[in-house]
Amino acid sequence: MSVAIAPRRTVFGLTLGFPLALVLLAVLVALLKPLLPETLIRVPLNAVMPYDRWLQGLFDFITHDLGFGTLTRYISAGLEVLLDATGNLLFGKNRWPHIGPLPWTSVAAAMAVLGYALGGKKLAALAGLTFVWVALVGQWDLAMQTMSVIAVAAPLAIMAGLGLGILSWKSRSFEKALAPILAILQTLPFFTYLLPAVIFFKVGPTAGCVATALYALPPMVLMTTLGLKKVSPEVIEAGQMSGSTRWQMLRHVYLPSARTEILVGVNQAIMLSLAMVVLTAFIGMPGLGAKLLSLMNSLKLGRSFEIGVTIVLIAITLDRLSKAWVVKQPQHFERGTPWWRRNIYLLLALGVFALFWAIALVYPLAGVIPRGKDLSIGTQIDGVFDIVLNNPVLVAVTGWLRWFLITWVLIPFRDGLLWLPTTAVLCAIAAVGYAVGGRRSALLAAGFFAIVAATGWWDRAMITLYAVLSAVVIAACVGLPLGILAAQRKRWAEPILIACDTAQTFPSFIYLIPAIMFFGVNDVAVVFAIFIFATVPLMRYTIEGIRAVPEELIEAADMSGATRSQKLWKVQLPIALPTMAVGFNQAIMFAFFMVIIAAFIGTQDLGQELQKTLAGAELGKNFVLGICVALMALAFDHVLMKWSANRRKILGVG
Amino acid sequence: MSEAPAISCRNVWKLFGQSPAAYLAGLEKGRDFDDIRRDGYIAGVRDVSVDVAKGELLVVMGLSGSGKSTLVRCMSRLIDVTGGEVQIEGRDITRINEAELIDLRRRKMGMVFQSFGLLPNRTVLDNVAFPLEMRGQDRHTRRDRAMEVIKLVGLEGREDYYPRELSGGQQQRVGIARSLAIEPDIWFLDEPFSALDPLIRREMQDEFLRLREMLGKTIVFITHDFDEALRLADRIAIMKDGAIEQCDTPDKIVLHPATPYVTKFTEVVEKSRVVHARALARPLNGTVFEGATVAAGSSVLQLARQLVNETREQLPVADKSGKVIGLMSRQEALDILLGAAP
Repeated sequence: MSVAIAPRRTVFGLTLGFPLALVLLAVLVALLKPLLPETLIRVPLNAVMPYDRWLQGLFDFITHDLGFGTLTRYISAGLEVLLDATGNLLFGKNRWPHIGPLPWTSVAAAMAVLGYALGGKKLAALAGLTFVWVALVGQWDLAMQTMSVIAVAAPLAIMAGLGLGILSWKSRSFEKALAPILAILQTLPFFTYLLPAVIFFKVGPTAGCVATALYALPPMVLMTTLGLKKVSPEVIEAGQMSGSTRWQMLRHVYLPSARTEILVGVNQAIMLSLAMVVLTAFIGMPGLGAKLLSLMNSLKLGRSFEIGVTIVLIAITLDRLSKAWVVKQPQHFERGTPWWRRNIYLLLALGVFALFWAIALVYPLAGVIPRGKDLSIGTQIDGVFDIVLNNPVLVAVTGWLRWFLITWVLIPFRDGLLWLPTTAVLCAIAAVGYAVGGRRSALLAAGFFAIVAATGWWDRAMITLYAVLSAVVIAACVGLPLGILAAQRKRWAEPILIACDTAQTFPSFIYLIPAIMFFGVNDVAVVFAIFIFATVPLMRYTIEGIRAVPEELIEAADMSGATRSQKLWKVQLPIALPTMAVGFNQAIMFAFFMVIIAAFIGTQDLGQELQKTLAGAELGKNFVLGICVALMALAFDHVLMKWSANRRKILGVG
Repeated sequence: MSEAPAISCRNVWKLFGQSPAAYLAGLEKGRDFDDIRRDGYIAGVRDVSVDVAKGELLVVMGLSGSGKSTLVRCMSRLIDVTGGEVQIEGRDITRINEAELIDLRRRKMGMVFQSFGLLPNRTVLDNVAFPLEMRGQDRHTRRDRAMEVIKLVGLEGREDYYPRELSGGQQQRVGIARSLAIEPDIWFLDEPFSALDPLIRREMQDEFLRLREMLGKTIVFITHDFDEALRLADRIAIMKDGAIEQCDTPDKIVLHPATPYVTKFTEVVEKSRVVHARALARPLNGTVFEGATVAAGSSVLQLARQLVNETREQLPVADKSGKVIGLMSRQEALDILLGAAP
């Protein structure tokens, strides 16, 4: 297919000209600020409509008059039964089916067998030892409280996602209608999941479960649709020529052929469930998250660290197990293999499970490790941390860094953003949008920000934006060079990629631990937490982008006598840029998510306001704020992804 | 032909574009492929009429984009035609409903695909049994039948393997076995050997000819390889830009290419391998012949030595039963062998 490229002046696929004029206009508006009428600087207060009250009214109408409240009560009741059951099995909540907590040794052993079945010895060790660790450090109950919610929320998200994914694959218009909803769901700050969940569903595990399932839903839908669309036409035709009915086609042809994508969706749904379930601590859900929250509140860093390790281990285990399932291919058995040999792993898992259960009956310690008998070294780590963190050199370094960043970078930048007239910012955004994707992108991006302005939360939004941007810029300064460096050497690239992949699976909450540890409770800690969280995707996509440059191109550059730096600047980077842009986009999305969590540290931005809505159950305001965050994120998402796609088209890759 | 053809296409059209049916209704006669493209439509199949007799092997030959795959998909109704009709044993399948279509495919048709189209999650046995499973046969019957076809294509012992554990040639054998599982009367093969390397391709062609001989099905075989077409076909339909340029026996196509486009293919072919005595035989019309006969099924190349040594100008040609069907001019045959005298 030939792509007609208009002979416009472009630099890296950006249209100049009109956008340049817009930028000039923005600068002009900023410079002339003292002369401008107040209306152009900020949306005047009397023009801000009470959107929050309108929304509140709408929600009240839906809840009371449309009977949504009754519906959710029924759903709550159903969920509660499930949650009680998993609760009873995992940590012995006194409910049906009254089996009591499964012995931790049984669970660990069964997980090890599952790990072995999916991925061999290493995975067996990882899965088994993770659960042994959890039990030994005395966090079994907490971890199982968390797992009992995931065990309900993740399957729920997976099943709903599969259904919606199939529907949106079947019907183009359904897909079109669903797309913006999913986009907003993916950028909505987590507080906006939590509050409605609490209001519509019963406080406690039920609300946590609903919020978690909703949060984990979008990737499952998208991956299902993607997988179904990718089924090879010949396989479809083969199914049709075999005389399959529509149901048979779906059941026997489409779904099995889309297995890989669907399982990738399952993996993502599980990981997002874990990330969210930890955050449900903010609505008082017991479990690892709640414990971590309270420990960090009282600055018990050693024990926070211990819990952090537990969460990370569980994350890695769940991720590796589900990823191993993705790549696991069926293996045939030789003719005449007896049935027990075919189902060896299932039998083995059941066997060790029963065995350890029996042992637990004799030695209660193998069933439940009581309080005080655990091997937690949290208090000791507290001590070590005290010594390390009070080390004068470290204190001097972090102290200086804190002073430097706050005084010379963060505060000036924040004040600058706050000083800028709204109109100037909108002009600049429109300029970027236009340069990337023409009029539509300009209208979209500037429009999203204009909505934020119209809600009257502009200043708070700018503070959010300031934290996001400064952290992402610092992340780029660190992550891009590191990524480029790592990509040059295969020996480095592999382990760093694996490390990034692993770090990406950690629930975002974890990243607050080192931030608070090193910088205390202030803006630098916020930026630092976002920074480490955002560096991961930046590095990862940089490495992947550079590594994906075709070998022939590198060889061609070598044969043309390019030096290393010439090769990097003229060949590798230009081709890797679209991929790197995806990483940049993900970094910004991560940053928007993290900045809201950082409200916990005490920010003054939208996140802080959002956190306050939790206390007052102000659903309308919560939504207005949540949508503000989502819209800002979506504006970035649109511009960056559009640019990346354009660039790919021009380069003829991907 | 006395019997009704197995497949009969009547003025079949397939257009791709905004509203193809309306466009076709208003289409004037004589607009060619490029005219149609200028109107914003792509003609996949352009006014094709062709019959396939029971037990005949029709090869549809064309380069990529010529519409050959589209045509075969119209015949199996994997895609709906824009105009015209396709009759399978006298019944127009363009108008039957989904249930009837499914029933037709479950009883009458089998198809083999270029990239095999195997289900990766099923073993060889389950792939082959798939069409039987779709029509609801019980586990035992379909297993027995599947094993039968697996044996037929020479994959015995591999029935528990998964497709990815097999080579390309073996995978296509699975594809062939699957298409034969329901004992179809009509067998479609869409470039079945194009994805295989040359040696395996040759082997599979032999295998295919063996199966054909044994099963005697009506076959529509798609290929882009003219040599393959010549080797296998009863008749060849050569397609270009969605229309059939020429449809005839290999001998006739090689001897009398209808269009310059067809000539491009025939030029490079060693004609003496393709042309058989039968094609050169002229009716006796009472002429008296003498001496030994030559077999109708032998190619000119096979007769080369005899042609050079022969003294008779006219050689009698006899079919399998020994009946003389006509006389072949020695000179004409020699011209094919050596090229026309300068």
